[in-house]
Amino acid sequence: MKYIDEYRNKELIQKLANKISNLTNQEITLMEVCGGHTWSSQKFGLPSLLPSNIRLISGPGCPVCVTSKKFIDYAIKLSNLPNTIITLFGDLIKVPGSFSSLYYERSKGNDVRIVYSITDAINIAELNPSKQIIFLAIGFETTAPSTAAAILTATQKKLRNFFILSSHKIMPPAMAALIDEGIKINGYIAPGHVSTITGSYIYENLVKKYRVGCVISGFEPLDMLQSIYMLIQQIINNDFKVEIQYRRAVKPEGNMKAKELMCKVFTLRDDWWRGLGVIPNSGLRLNDEYSCFDAEKVFNIMVEEVDEDPACICGQILKGLKTPNDCKLFAKTCTPDNPVGACMVSHEGACNIYYRLNKYE
Amino acid sequence: MSKKILLEHGSGGKLSHQLINELFVKYFYNPLLALQSDSAIINLETNNIAFTTDSFVITPIFFPGGNIGKLAVCGTINDLAVAGAIPKYISASFILEEGLPLADLEEIVSSMAEEARYAGVLIVAGDTKVVEKGHCDKVFITTTGIGILEKKFNHISSGINIGCGDKIIINGPIAEHGMAIILARNFQNFKSEITSDCASLNHLIREILESDCNIKFMRDATRGGLATVLCEIALKCKVNIIVDESLIPISENVAAMCEVFGFDPLYIANEGKIVIVCDKNHTEKVLEIMHRNQYGKQAAVIGEIVKVNQYQKGNVVLNTKVGGKRIINMLSGEQIPRIC
Repeated sequence: MKYIDEYRNKELIQKLANKISNLTNQEITLMEVCGGHTWSSQKFGLPSLLPSNIRLISGPGCPVCVTSKKFIDYAIKLSNLPNTIITLFGDLIKVPGSFSSLYYERSKGNDVRIVYSITDAINIAELNPSKQIIFLAIGFETTAPSTAAAILTATQKKLRNFFILSSHKIMPPAMAALIDEGIKINGYIAPGHVSTITGSYIYENLVKKYRVGCVISGFEPLDMLQSIYMLIQQIINNDFKVEIQYRRAVKPEGNMKAKELMCKVFTLRDDWWRGLGVIPNSGLRLNDEYSCFDAEKVFNIMVEEVDEDPACICGQILKGLKTPNDCKLFAKTCTPDNPVGACMVSHEGACNIYYRLNKYE
Repeated sequence: MSKKILLEHGSGGKLSHQLINELFVKYFYNPLLALQSDSAIINLETNNIAFTTDSFVITPIFFPGGNIGKLAVCGTINDLAVAGAIPKYISASFILEEGLPLADLEEIVSSMAEEARYAGVLIVAGDTKVVEKGHCDKVFITTTGIGILEKKFNHISSGINIGCGDKIIINGPIAEHGMAIILARNFQNFKSEITSDCASLNHLIREILESDCNIKFMRDATRGGLATVLCEIALKCKVNIIVDESLIPISENVAAMCEVFGFDPLYIANEGKIVIVCDKNHTEKVLEIMHRNQYGKQAAVIGEIVKVNQYQKGNVVLNTKVGGKRIINMLSGEQIPRIC
């Protein structure tokens, strides 16, 4: 496959892995901020190519994993409304709320449909004028622009039966919050797709303030190894900066059009992240101008605050403090078929990835 | 005859008889079925038989490379064949949804007859029920099959003879059926030339078994894909397996679509792929037979059974294309496209 095989060249990978091994004996912890990076490194078996002093840990960059139970409870209550179709990304359907999941609600007859893009949800709204269609809008800067574009489309088309329940979040505040909590990270393998939208400037403060490495990485094995190499260089030279390894996709200024769309449609708000709690200015809600599409405002449903399962250590895993193997529930009571925490549900979640690709006892 | 299936087609009355005679008996014709008695009486002249059953509920019912009928016949034939048996007789039970176009049913039945003829099996018994619209999805088919098993092949289905050094062979590129079905569902409006690998493998398997190669185990890699079969072998026989990703045949189209959706092709369904574990001294012979057959042209050795060493007993280790290693587990949950 052109544009893929080049980045999976075995000899180059071996060479690069050897170079990394010879760089330092220092213990280094790097965080794969994005779930896509965890998926990639496990899929290609990258940890087996790295020396034992280089540790990769999974971060909070899986949209499903940081989604709160409260959000799911809210969505379930919406799905109980008459003449309502809930549309969502597949990963979200099995995430347990505090009393049920949308998967279970669907089996009871609620109309819950998996879509592959928000455009599909718009189409469903146009085809079903007598129903109200609610899209569960999750994801970071990668998916937020498409939600913004869909809201503008819905405005143009004067759709009155289309709504979103937003749990959109932005990445940098969470990356900063992790270090504020005292988590020891030497460098970030920074998200590739998020950065195609945001550009690289958003990480500058983070690097200056906390003195950590930061390399925006692609998702192929050579991309990731090169990023790891660049990060170790930064760390051993004490020269912390934001670098872009993923140059074929990421520009320092990002995607201006997508950013404009986001600014036009969304406003920052404090948001709750599973495992990290409330992080100021880390979530996106619709601007007042578009509040007629905002399911929170239109339907005004009350949902009680809920506690997470005390045995579930998703929070510590998201912070990179523990690995799935440290969890008592992992692969026992918590499996992809019967997930306790969200990290087991999403294909980008550390627990799910470990379960599918890694060794467990 | 009416152009659509009506509830009356399943009532046991005139329309039912018409459907049986003008469709099922016509296409599946053989003396045993023509008798239309309550049971087909068959003489097997052996007391060692293989016996299997499977239900088919696929959407869509027609897809590139086959349809639900062909799938129902191939599936049962392959289940018998991989146990080392010679498939002989099949029964086919249909649950039809009211309103199903008769032309669709005719096409399905016709391809079942064609596949049975190719494989050399007789469809000797059947049943038809019709349910109200919305109570099933167009057509569900259950096939049950009987095959004759020579005692010398009794060990194949359990894999008890599997040992260190044995080689693992697959007869061709993986993940074609599953990806063809996903694309046939008009997934994301992608167009592609991927067709299902749905095929009866009994002739290929028979030729291998008659070659006196020491075949230790066979299984068709259907739902759950190649990965699931390998995990089953490792668990069942308490052995470790090492597989080399670069040796696993996969078409460029399928690999590319899997990349787009974020699917792992190792877990995607096949309907014409067989995994064989054989003595390492006989791999060349098995490959030679496979390469001559239309269903084995791209057959390859993909891995081997290894001694228990640093890996836990019953593990499958994949040497990735890029030189890394990872453990392969059973599929849990469904594969779903990733968000970003």
